[in-house]
Amino acid sequence: MNQSPELLRRLLRAKDRMDAHPDRDWPVERLAGISAVSPAHFARAFKLAFGLPPHRYLLTRRIERAAALLRDTDAAIIDIALQTGWTSIGTFGRIFRDITGESPGECRRRAREVPAPRNLIPECVLRAVERPDLKTAVLEKRRQAVEATLAAPAKEVP
Amino acid sequence: MNQGIEVIGVYVRDQDEAVDFYVGKLGFRVQADVRNGDYRWLTVQHPDQPSVQLGLFRPGPPVHDAATADALDRLVAKGAMPPLVMKVGDCRATYEALSAQGVEFVQEPISRYGQVDAGFRDPSGNGWKMIERPHKETP
Repeated sequence: MNQSPELLRRLLRAKDRMDAHPDRDWPVERLAGISAVSPAHFARAFKLAFGLPPHRYLLTRRIERAAALLRDTDAAIIDIALQTGWTSIGTFGRIFRDITGESPGECRRRAREVPAPRNLIPECVLRAVERPDLKTAVLEKRRQAVEATLAAPAKEVP
Repeated sequence: MNQGIEVIGVYVRDQDEAVDFYVGKLGFRVQADVRNGDYRWLTVQHPDQPSVQLGLFRPGPPVHDAATADALDRLVAKGAMPPLVMKVGDCRATYEALSAQGVEFVQEPISRYGQVDAGFRDPSGNGWKMIERPHKETP
């Protein structure tokens, strides 16, 4: 199914708004309104256009923003969680680990060990590039990880 | 300088609309607007940088078949084209002026590492970053 350029341009507007304020709540009704699409069709239209559902996209932006703050500031992890749209530090830590494979604290330590020459790429472009590539749902990713750890020892049984 | 980049093009969904935007709102000037049948070669230039032309091109025949042109229109509309960067002297002042003109900003000015940047899109979906470099930096 081909989406018209006009529809895509309006869907892009919703994506841009999440990019600008990933810390905010983005109910489907509001995003659908920005795109002038019915709430019932919005999530599917967004996924068709950009390859992932709107709220998973928002999650990638929040994690990328949190990773940047962990790297570039000395803010407490709880403050970073609150600044990037989470209301619970437990949820933040769990989803951060599910997506990036490391805890927020580990991410901060690792990022500071390697001072990279960053200033040649515009910061705003760099942020988009560093967004996690979230192809599967977070729960799915967690399930796969559990299966992998469960499957491994089974092979060693003679 | 005798050698260098002369024309860089972007695809737009409507060339009249693109002129309204790049000339009417951003303050560029039309450098060339030449027709050959249905084809329209349209370029604009930044007033401070007359040596570089920005082409505002319509995907379509004879360069593209209809399916390719359609695909390009959709790619531009979903913001898939590469980023464009404009250097400005005062990002916040330019942001205020262009916002008043109705330019669609996707990112308000943010100060980081001594520079200030903002982002906007043209009507077709091409994304621009607007960057004010730290003033101590040599060009």
